[in-house]
Amino acid sequence: MLPADEFSAFPASPTFSVGDKALDGYSKKKYVCKLLFIFLLGHDIDFGHMEAVNLLSSNRYTEKQIGYLFISVLVNSNSELIRLINNAIKNDLASRNPTFMGLALHCIANVGSREMAEAFAGEIPKILVAGDTMDSVKQSAALCLLRLYRTSPDLVPMGDWTSRVVHLLNDQHLGVVTAATSLITTLAQKNPEEFKTSVSLAVSRLSRIVTSASTDLQDYTYYFVPAPWLSVKLLRLLQCYPPPDPAVRGRLTECLETILNKAQEPPKSKKVQHSNAKNAVLFEAISLIIHHDSEPNLLVRACNQLGQFLQHRETNLRYLALESMCTLASSEFSHEAVKTHIETVTNALKTERDVSVRQRAVDLLYAMCDRSNAQQIVAEMLSYLETADYSIREEIVLKVAILAEKYAVDYTWYVDTILNLIRIAGDYVSEEVWYRVIQIVINRDDVQGYAAKTVFEALQAPACHENLVKVGGYILGEFGNLIAGDPRSSPLIQFNLLHSKFHLCSVPTRALLLSTYIKFVNLFPEVKTTIQDVLRSDSQLKNADVELQQRAVEYLRLSTVASTDILATVLEEMPPFPERESSILAKLKKKKGPSTVTDLEEAKRERSADINGGPEPAPASASATSTPSPSADLLGLGAAPPAPVGPPPSSGGLLVDVFSDSPSAVAPLAPGSEDNFARFVCKNNGVLFENQLLQIGLKSEFRQNLGRMFIFYGNKTSTQFLSFTPTLICSDDLRANLSLQTKPVDPTVDGGAQVQQVVNIECVSDFTEAPVLNIQFRYGGTFQNVSVKLPITLNKFFQPTEMASQDFFQRWKQLSNPQQEVQNIFKAKHPMDTEITKAKIIGFGSALLEEVDPNPANFVGAGIIHTKTTQIGCLLRLEPNLQAQMYRLTLRTSKETVSQRLCELLSEQF
Amino acid sequence: MGLREPEEIQQQIVRETFHLVLKRDDNICNFLEGGSLIGGSDYKLIYRHYATLYFVFCVDSSESELGILDLIQVFVETLDKCFENVCELDLIFHMDKVHYILQEVVMGGMVLETNMNEIVAQMEAQNRLEKSEGGLSAAPARAVSAVKNINLPEIPRNINIGDLNIKVPNLSQFV
Repeated sequence: MLPADEFSAFPASPTFSVGDKALDGYSKKKYVCKLLFIFLLGHDIDFGHMEAVNLLSSNRYTEKQIGYLFISVLVNSNSELIRLINNAIKNDLASRNPTFMGLALHCIANVGSREMAEAFAGEIPKILVAGDTMDSVKQSAALCLLRLYRTSPDLVPMGDWTSRVVHLLNDQHLGVVTAATSLITTLAQKNPEEFKTSVSLAVSRLSRIVTSASTDLQDYTYYFVPAPWLSVKLLRLLQCYPPPDPAVRGRLTECLETILNKAQEPPKSKKVQHSNAKNAVLFEAISLIIHHDSEPNLLVRACNQLGQFLQHRETNLRYLALESMCTLASSEFSHEAVKTHIETVTNALKTERDVSVRQRAVDLLYAMCDRSNAQQIVAEMLSYLETADYSIREEIVLKVAILAEKYAVDYTWYVDTILNLIRIAGDYVSEEVWYRVIQIVINRDDVQGYAAKTVFEALQAPACHENLVKVGGYILGEFGNLIAGDPRSSPLIQFNLLHSKFHLCSVPTRALLLSTYIKFVNLFPEVKTTIQDVLRSDSQLKNADVELQQRAVEYLRLSTVASTDILATVLEEMPPFPERESSILAKLKKKKGPSTVTDLEEAKRERSADINGGPEPAPASASATSTPSPSADLLGLGAAPPAPVGPPPSSGGLLVDVFSDSPSAVAPLAPGSEDNFARFVCKNNGVLFENQLLQIGLKSEFRQNLGRMFIFYGNKTSTQFLSFTPTLICSDDLRANLSLQTKPVDPTVDGGAQVQQVVNIECVSDFTEAPVLNIQFRYGGTFQNVSVKLPITLNKFFQPTEMASQDFFQRWKQLSNPQQEVQNIFKAKHPMDTEITKAKIIGFGSALLEEVDPNPANFVGAGIIHTKTTQIGCLLRLEPNLQAQMYRLTLRTSKETVSQRLCELLSEQF
Repeated sequence: MGLREPEEIQQQIVRETFHLVLKRDDNICNFLEGGSLIGGSDYKLIYRHYATLYFVFCVDSSESELGILDLIQVFVETLDKCFENVCELDLIFHMDKVHYILQEVVMGGMVLETNMNEIVAQMEAQNRLEKSEGGLSAAPARAVSAVKNINLPEIPRNINIGDLNIKVPNLSQFV
């Protein structure tokens, strides 16, 4: 709302100075300022821009200043005035008047448009590194360049200036250093090599600040904390790089220790500003420690410090502590330490008054969850869900669903949890969640009976959520027969129970229930007539909804004309779903944005999702290649005439030929696959599988935690292979630890031809199982299905390490914890030849260390297993006993599972 | 910081932010995840509440939360120094000057200077230039001191927060 006299201050013409020579600079300035004020109050301004632009070229500072302010606040980056503005800026930049240059640089940074980047991105680096530039201008130039780099990185040329910018870290003026550090941090993220030298400079600068007496830095000491902003920025810069060389590293560790020590000192002031500044530095130091993830001591100290903050009376600190702990939970050194705070965190969930803090607590619980505490955490989350804020309910639901699945030891617990989830927060349970529970129930026959019983009981409730009806309908349709023996859940009672919900449900759910009914017709012939009556009723056959009507008509017809055999084939139990990325996880990631998924494993899972042709969420896609329209119908019966749902290829019969393209059960492993697999443990190339039709050859290379495998499929016949589909199958566990990416191959392989498939491999964390390669194709009239184990084993990610005898034994002693050592004594399967044994140890990937073991007959090796998350040092020792024809193999590594797996793999080789 | 959106969106962001912040109690935490309009989950709102004024910064993950909280304090303390006992009227009558001070602290959405003495020195240099040219500021300054001297019943709530006295007749906020 504007006071009337505000407007009366303007001359009559709305374009107040065009052609009006009477307005002097002062008036122009005044009116531009008023317009700006009006704009800030939320009103549109359509005029006056030109006057503001004119003010830019004034020689008077105050006029120029208001002109620039108006432009910065009001001019859109695509304004047509931009050329005039750029011109004025150019003049000011060239003026060598520091005040004018400052104004111009501010304006560029505030507008930050592409046009401005085009015009000035070349000029600003020169100003920045010129020897005679004033400090305040340097500061502005650094940030201005940063701003342009953020908006248009392609327009900022790298060049000689980069090395000179790095040296600004040594500048006398701390303001310049702060601005330069911001700039270098962003540039270094994209061009780490070019700015590598900044690491040692940043460390020495940081060390000077941290160890300085609080008066040394004069004005930059803020409430007794020396240069907190600069410290924070430097610590951020260091987070762009891995831990530095030992020399610099020692100094950095000292700094970090000092910062941690200072946190324990009594505060020098009671003011909140003092503790804020101190803790800002502390949190950044902790982030750096977590980022480096290499100093167990510091990590544990950081964790303890955060633990103290979890109970601090300052809400801000509790919030930040929860947030930092989330990242700490993914480090192997501190995961256990983080877990000790579970009580505090669950307590925070109940008592925190602030939703932001509660949200962080949920995130942390999610991050610290593992098999040991999953039941407790899931229970806490479920109970919190009853009172949770609406804004975060859906996310909690997803998290509970994921944790319940990931850490389910007992799938009855999983089913209970998800049904509880639907009961407590049905509205927030997205499709993905209940799709997933069905996928899991279908794939695990041990839980099917329990699931049927539980949903049946849950459906008894007078008011149950529609999602429960969907799950209930689907599961009873598949497995209702498992509980039909009990007279309390006889077929008719099951049907009546479901049908009592029918009229309250939405169309997609009703469609699903109709499919359940037709499945009942197959499962329970005794209720066939009841169901036919229902299908025949007007409300079904003449339903206004086309989908429902069509289903009713077709199902009714199917139930009347088809023989029991055909019905049984058509309505057979759903085949297992192919293992794929949990659709819930995909949903959570979409919701939270990729940057916030803290769980490392998940990030890896995402990449591995490609294997199965992308994360299509609906299980419908797994069963119904022939369904043209995606509907909520899980049976894949869709709008098309009832089609057989993925009959297993072995069942034979007429329909199979027509639909044999649909994904089907995986063949058991080919004979000899295990032996072939073992041969590849110590070598990378060779023939993996061969029969009369097909030969599979492998060629692979590995470096650190990455690898690439070329799979060659040779058609040994003279006839084409059709529908040739190789699929990589990983269990859920494996997929979390090993990421495989590949592209589908051409579905036809000509006679005598060879096709090649490349698999990109990333080892995320150590793993035990091996992926299975399943190949399905049609040869002549027959369907072929071959499965072999793909030899991607943990030892492929070995890097040999040479070390002297002394080192070796020192390390050997360090790994003396009983869990770290695994030993196996076994009988030799091959002749005991020293040279072959040596070759095998080298082929296994570790270095073969000569003259280390006092007994020359023994073999010792050392190496590092590289995974994405961590590196694991491994030592091994093999003692042959020629007389007994036995070996004793000892593995010591920092991780129990690794020792275990390597020992298994290597034992098979001798 | 450093968002540049069309005017309607800017206004909407201001409104939405205001509503988000307003309903929060004191002594809960000063950070909250941005609203739907503001840049998604990488952005946070960090605010401080002085009497009836909210100072809200919207920052991405490249800034330290506590650092920004202190930066707001520096900004407000600087305002206090430049205006000598800053009150809301100063901010309203001198919105240009408030912007100039803010520009000394934050530039193009990035932290420029954190040293209060340096900022105040810059502002004093500006004032000298302004005086030599005969500035705009004379008239509103008189108005403010006139209002400050009138004993209006709603003004004199002097609220002590940290080092600051803010006298607050009316409500306004800015981002």
